[in-house]
Amino acid sequence: MNIRKTLSALAMGTLLGLGALHQALAAEPIKIGSFLAVTGPASFLGDPELKTLQMYVDEINGKGGVDGRQIELVHYDTGGSPKKAVNFVKRLIQKDKVDVIVGGSTSGSTLAVMPLVAKARIPFISLAGSVKIVVPPQKWTFKMPHTDAMAAAKIFGDMKKRGITKVALISGSGGFGKSGRAQSLKLAPQYGIEIVADESYGKKDTDMTAQLAKIRDSGAQAILNFGFGTGPAIVTKNVRQLGIDLPLYQSHGVASKKFIELAGDAAEGVRLPAAALLVADQLPDSDPQKPVLLAYKNKFEAKYGPVSTFGGHAYDGLFIALEAIDRANSTDKEKVRDEIEKTKGFIGTGGIYNMSPQDHLGLDLSAFKMLEIRNGDWTIVE
Amino acid sequence: MKRLTGFWAFTLLLVLLPIVFPDNYYVTVVGGTALMNAILAVGLNLLMGYAGQISLGHAAFFGIGAYASAILTTRYGWNPWPAMSAGLALTGVLAFLVARPILRLKGHYLAMATLGLGIIVHIILVQTEGLTGGPDGLSDIPGLAIFGWAVDSDLRWYIVMAVTLLLVLWLALNIIASRSGRALRALHGSEIAAEMMGIDTTATKTGVFVIAALSASLAGSLFAHQQSFISPDSFSFFFSIELVTMVVLGGMASTFGAIFGAVVLTFLPELLVVFEDYEVMIFGAILMLMMIFLPQGLFVSGQQLLRRLLARRATGTAKEGSHGAA
Amino acid sequence: MFDQILQFLLTGVTVGATYALVALGFAIIYNASDVVNFAQGEFVMMGAMSAVALSAGDGGLPLLPSLALAVLITIGVGILLQRFAIAPAHGASVVTTIIITIGASIFLRGVALLLWGKDIFALPHFSGETPLHIGNATLLPQNLWVMGGAALMVIGVHLFFNHTTQGKAILACACNRTAASLVGINVGMMMLVAYGLSAFLGAMAGILVTPITFTSYDAGVMLGLKGFSAAILGGMGNPMGAVAGGLLLGLIESLAAGLISSGYKDAIGFVILLLVLFFRPSGLFGRASAERV
Repeated sequence: MNIRKTLSALAMGTLLGLGALHQALAAEPIKIGSFLAVTGPASFLGDPELKTLQMYVDEINGKGGVDGRQIELVHYDTGGSPKKAVNFVKRLIQKDKVDVIVGGSTSGSTLAVMPLVAKARIPFISLAGSVKIVVPPQKWTFKMPHTDAMAAAKIFGDMKKRGITKVALISGSGGFGKSGRAQSLKLAPQYGIEIVADESYGKKDTDMTAQLAKIRDSGAQAILNFGFGTGPAIVTKNVRQLGIDLPLYQSHGVASKKFIELAGDAAEGVRLPAAALLVADQLPDSDPQKPVLLAYKNKFEAKYGPVSTFGGHAYDGLFIALEAIDRANSTDKEKVRDEIEKTKGFIGTGGIYNMSPQDHLGLDLSAFKMLEIRNGDWTIVE
Repeated sequence: MKRLTGFWAFTLLLVLLPIVFPDNYYVTVVGGTALMNAILAVGLNLLMGYAGQISLGHAAFFGIGAYASAILTTRYGWNPWPAMSAGLALTGVLAFLVARPILRLKGHYLAMATLGLGIIVHIILVQTEGLTGGPDGLSDIPGLAIFGWAVDSDLRWYIVMAVTLLLVLWLALNIIASRSGRALRALHGSEIAAEMMGIDTTATKTGVFVIAALSASLAGSLFAHQQSFISPDSFSFFFSIELVTMVVLGGMASTFGAIFGAVVLTFLPELLVVFEDYEVMIFGAILMLMMIFLPQGLFVSGQQLLRRLLARRATGTAKEGSHGAA
Repeated sequence: MFDQILQFLLTGVTVGATYALVALGFAIIYNASDVVNFAQGEFVMMGAMSAVALSAGDGGLPLLPSLALAVLITIGVGILLQRFAIAPAHGASVVTTIIITIGASIFLRGVALLLWGKDIFALPHFSGETPLHIGNATLLPQNLWVMGGAALMVIGVHLFFNHTTQGKAILACACNRTAASLVGINVGMMMLVAYGLSAFLGAMAGILVTPITFTSYDAGVMLGLKGFSAAILGGMGNPMGAVAGGLLLGLIESLAAGLISSGYKDAIGFVILLLVLFFRPSGLFGRASAERV
């Protein structure tokens, strides 16, 4: 295959001169590698991420690609296992010889492949949440989603405004919940907030009333839950069942319509920080993000159903990578990496990205909106 | 020397593979992983295949080895080698302590107890964040160096894993051929009968349990240094079940069967990725079908089949010969 | 404090009732065929997911018929499992059958993934969501459905095994297959009945708990694990022991979460299970088994 391409390139080169040779070489496709948790417990992340990548790669190719080069997406399903992620990333690098990697749905698999990525010197845009991925910044790794630390900060900021000083924390025992819990415990004092209860639940637990009965008697003024999957919906229902009348905050881990559907009436009044994507149509027309958000939302929903912010991260990652390749005018890994780091004012679904050598995320707290669930829908409360 | 023919043939294969296929992803990367899994499977096979004791918690010892190495090197600045030895010592003591009460149990109760043990260890790894880093794991685990020879490429890790596997394999083959090995096989047949023959079954079972745990711990330490990042997900009960599957799939009580099972189960997901959403279903179906139709395991059933074919050909040629004579 | 303890107990009994139903399914199959069926949790998932699928959307069936149909589908899955996966492997070792049922559970998960996707689903509560108060402790009407349904089925199973010819025949197969077939029992048929019954219990458990716990294609894994633990805790050979084990495990977890540490509650459950096994190697209510020489 490669030989044939090279031969035809050479033939064309001799016939048409150097310009044509350049053209033929440039027609080599851009290879984007991806490893996502498409199945397994984190599939609610990996599934929309993969759909988004495939949808946009097809669209871009239909329009003639980037710089006249088609895009080839190579992806593997890790099932959420960091062990599998390591081998698949090696496969992407050694066998598929991809130019850039966009993927890693969970923090565990992202952290597991970071040493590899650094050694292979290949730009990697992660779609996972943990703050550990970008603090301290590592040369080759970037990330799209807001960190759990930012979510905690946004929530505590909102609590402070409401005069809440005593908070009960409950979190899932998975990576997302644990990491969110750690960041919350760390940040609470800065906002003058005391954590008066610190409970947790297992990934597949079916009833949290025992933990919440303790929280009820802890003297807390609000409850904060860090988790994803069924856990937060059950917590929300259990809180109402126990008749606990405290404000309930969830994390960005539940930022999808599914959560409202599962928790039903109990979700009324729940607050959470989330990217603006969920409330795209409620944004003022002056908001620079609005057209991007609506375009993505409409496109995704026309094909697959309700958007979640998770698929949006894949959109951001893909386009930041492609724009960097476009600016670098090549797929030279070092140049592409440098260009990703120079990303300024990129309007994505997660916010407006401004990267720097010190900041491989490029978002600030303004990228998060504080939402409240009212009448079964999201409402902006700032 | 006949009983070691397989060993030498296998050694030759391990040496030839990376020479014939240099820089091949399937040899150095997936192959390296398969070799590591094989170390675990050979140890577990001693326990399951020869001592007849099931263990659904083997990933725990793998995890203890990995975390001992990771914690001692990253948090306390130890050199990898003493850290690895400390991991082995810790695993040995733990395995010895739990072996006696656990191995008194039989069948499904033993399965449950070992499963429970594995889950408890996993929960501790997740919950003691101060030490283990919790679910986000531990990063920046240093690599290995052997007398200045840095193990820093997939090929070099392949070599380290291959040498370790050969050592464990050599040990296992010798144990099986030894007096205690014969005792082990007696155990699998009937514990009471073995005791009647004057074999200390408890001591033998305990010994094997500890050896199996130690080989898992060793593999764990190597895994930690190879990956340079570990998290509890790699040591969950799913992995324990995967290990048992390797042993059974290859063929219980066959050391090479265990290795074969490890290789098959490591490569299968790599090959099945092309099926995407169908992967889970196909994997389950393959597992079921293989065990239904080849309950002796792939390797053992394959051996039998081969033997039968050879025998048939032998009789076939004999018959032809007699025809010719007539 | 008293209110809290009461809440812990109520929670424990609800969760325990689910474990009990799954454990009972384990025990029935184990007693009939000496197989530990690691796909038991998948029966729960199959029941719940097919009920969701049948009742979903505008073209969906009303709740009751879809529940009934879901139970029938799951029973069919149980019978197929016995017929095509367990029966052909007759005489295989304990470990081999374990791997077969693990393979079956992965396969069923894979099928559910393809049919219904990876989303999380819920079923409506049977009789509203207005909590009932006992002092300061609360429970949902659905909790009563779970407990009541579990109690009814446990009694039913008990009567079946002790007072019907069919039930006794299944137990006879478990004791000695050859002898059972010699006295004219259709062993193959009895096995199908046992697996069908187990699948029925699993599906019922799934349908009863899904309004509270939600379900997804991989919801069976954890339930299977907990059900197996409960069955062992109570003693595999004794179906009523398995039920007691389920309730006990639910209570232990809930009390551990409330009084000691919610992070370690599962670990505490397993530590207690191990301790029980160390002192009673056949579970709390199991008969000590004599090894055959």
